[in-house]
Amino acid sequence: MQLPPALHARLAGAPGAAAPLPVQRDPLAGNAPFRFAARQVRFPREHEFFEDGDVQRHLYLQDVITQVAAEPERPRVPEFTCQVAGCCQVFDALEDYEHHYHTLHGNVCSYCKRAFPSGHLLDTHILEWHDSLFQILAERQDMYQCLVEGCTEKFRTSRDRKEHLVTHHLYPADFRFDKPRTRRGPASQVSTDATGEDQAASEGDAMEVCSEHAEAHPEPPRERRVYGHRIPSTICFGQGASRGFKSTKKKSKRL
Amino acid sequence: MWSGRRGLLRPLGCGVEELRCRRREREAALRKARREQQLVSKRLLRDEATEEAEGGCVVVILGEAEIQEFLRLAQRGIEEKERERALVSLRRGLQHPETQQIFIRLEGSIRTLVGLLTSNQALLQLEAARCLHELSHSEQSAVAEACLPATSYLLTYLSGHSSDFIELCLYTLGNLIVESEAVRRQLLPQGIVPALAACIQSPRLTVLEALGYALSQLLQAKEAPEKIIPSVLGSTLPQHILQLLQPGPKLNLGVAVEFAWCLHYIICSQVNNALLITQGALTTLGLLLLDLAAAVQRTKNAGLELLVCPVVRCLSNLLTEAAAETVGGPVHLRDERVVAALFILLQFFLQEQPSLLPEGLWLLNNLTANSPSFCTSLISLDLIEPLLHLLSVSNVSVLVLTVLCNVAEKGPAYCQHLWPGLLLPTLLDTLALSDTEVVGQSLELLQLLFLYQPGAAQAFLQQSGLQALQRHEEVAQLQDRVHALQQTALHG
Repeated sequence: MQLPPALHARLAGAPGAAAPLPVQRDPLAGNAPFRFAARQVRFPREHEFFEDGDVQRHLYLQDVITQVAAEPERPRVPEFTCQVAGCCQVFDALEDYEHHYHTLHGNVCSYCKRAFPSGHLLDTHILEWHDSLFQILAERQDMYQCLVEGCTEKFRTSRDRKEHLVTHHLYPADFRFDKPRTRRGPASQVSTDATGEDQAASEGDAMEVCSEHAEAHPEPPRERRVYGHRIPSTICFGQGASRGFKSTKKKSKRL
Repeated sequence: MWSGRRGLLRPLGCGVEELRCRRREREAALRKARREQQLVSKRLLRDEATEEAEGGCVVVILGEAEIQEFLRLAQRGIEEKERERALVSLRRGLQHPETQQIFIRLEGSIRTLVGLLTSNQALLQLEAARCLHELSHSEQSAVAEACLPATSYLLTYLSGHSSDFIELCLYTLGNLIVESEAVRRQLLPQGIVPALAACIQSPRLTVLEALGYALSQLLQAKEAPEKIIPSVLGSTLPQHILQLLQPGPKLNLGVAVEFAWCLHYIICSQVNNALLITQGALTTLGLLLLDLAAAVQRTKNAGLELLVCPVVRCLSNLLTEAAAETVGGPVHLRDERVVAALFILLQFFLQEQPSLLPEGLWLLNNLTANSPSFCTSLISLDLIEPLLHLLSVSNVSVLVLTVLCNVAEKGPAYCQHLWPGLLLPTLLDTLALSDTEVVGQSLELLQLLFLYQPGAAQAFLQQSGLQALQRHEEVAQLQDRVHALQQTALHG
């Protein structure tokens, strides 16, 4: 199919069009036995008209999925250490470091050093665990926000919220990022600021193995303490060293 | 600038002929699956043959005891490296369907895996996620459903910051979505749509491509028009999708392909296309079409049809909406560059992917059917002859004739420009065919020409038109029209 040479230039040119030619129809046009009528056509999802294109799409996807599932090749670099104070984790691949950083040092609460998977959950945690104004307001109104992004429901207690998460959003009853705020207890390991039991919880809880967790079921939400979980020696936060950011500001430093 | 997806067309180790043969087999399997409405199936996504051919290391089936040992080491190993290695071994074993079966039947195995997935140990977390990813590839719904306890966490991690991890979670979710309706039924109330809407704001191309994949699988579900598309349309996703399809230097082919297909599944489900039009879909797609036409001229990138196809489909279906008449954009403003672009793309299809020609011509039909402006563009841009050349391509003859009828039915001013040229000899050629539909449409076109173009009937007679008509006199669907034309030609 030979295209007129001016066509390519036209494509690169300005928008616009020649004035349309005058339309003048004869009533006999398309009359029986003829049946032509100019009309637009639409095709629904499953129409066989789309078969060829759909097949091409899936051939492409097959290649993509196979590549994605393949063993990840990580380009190795000379070993380096995490730069965060108190962390001496060593890496030889940048992606591993990125993940470590975001997981452990990313959304970290400056009060209790607990790490969260997202800024959203961190914000909720700080509000509910470390904001005294929140506690006051919570006595009078629904302050516990649903954890699911996009859901604007608020609840009187964290238990009500959990109920909502389970029944409405089909979340697991033991969802790890919805620990109810426990009372202050005797200071456990490191810091002298509040919520000592959360201290151990931040590392230990998160690394808590499932079978132990299973023993906790049905979980009496309030008084559970989780002390003394072993931290592998390669992560040397050390006794007395602060984890993550040394921040005395009220708000946690977020990345 | 079109930056292709990493490794998109990376050739495998085998010979070209072997590749072609295998591709034909895969194509046949997909075609069959589509006819059975089974195209959205995991089995078809994971091309088993490819892996066998490529398979460096043999995948070993792990037994119960071995799995338990690996899990124990991963949980309680002393050295972090040891724990990681245990998970890597588990993951390799999970590549085998039998290991997957044994794994899911082992009590506490998923719980342990989820525990490792949610631990603060970054590298263990990654490996646990990879194990889940392997499980998500299973062809058995039971295995996908065994992963249900992990979905709330996968969704939570989408709002994190570690892009490799997010990418992995997205592909895992996409695979789980395809396999099981039970998974989809859980993911919707768990907030997958808002999670994706938040995640789509990531600047990372690999994340976006993975998200597009997951979303496209969600939108392809059979219950999507009722249960999924309405919430997607109610979210900010459509605006972000349209933004990612904006032509320009930042357009990425791999990302655009995924989202163009997402848009196609939304549009052809016909839930609320008017909304998309108000959000500028026609404008974006029209401009993208122009950009694509420019791109196919520049590069010999054989991946472009993967994007052209859904864009053409989206435009074509959207044009049939009433709202399309009133909203602005190159289509509404009758920008003849759209027609120019389409022909450049038709030529591209002819060379690279003839099976997509019908879709291109379908768009041309929808552009020209009710539009004197676009019909005039065909004429003013000298595109009638190239169109006639396409008549010889069998899978589009009827469509080409339909477009020509679209032009001719607008009256004498239009027919004048169809005449004389190659039109008559070409029509006489089509009358020699035995395809009833093609011949029928040729007869329609002839009627219009006889009506509007003085001298057409005469010329027809002189070129032995009557004889050409004669062979169809006995054909049921054609005879009335044949006789009518014979009368007109002879008696005026």
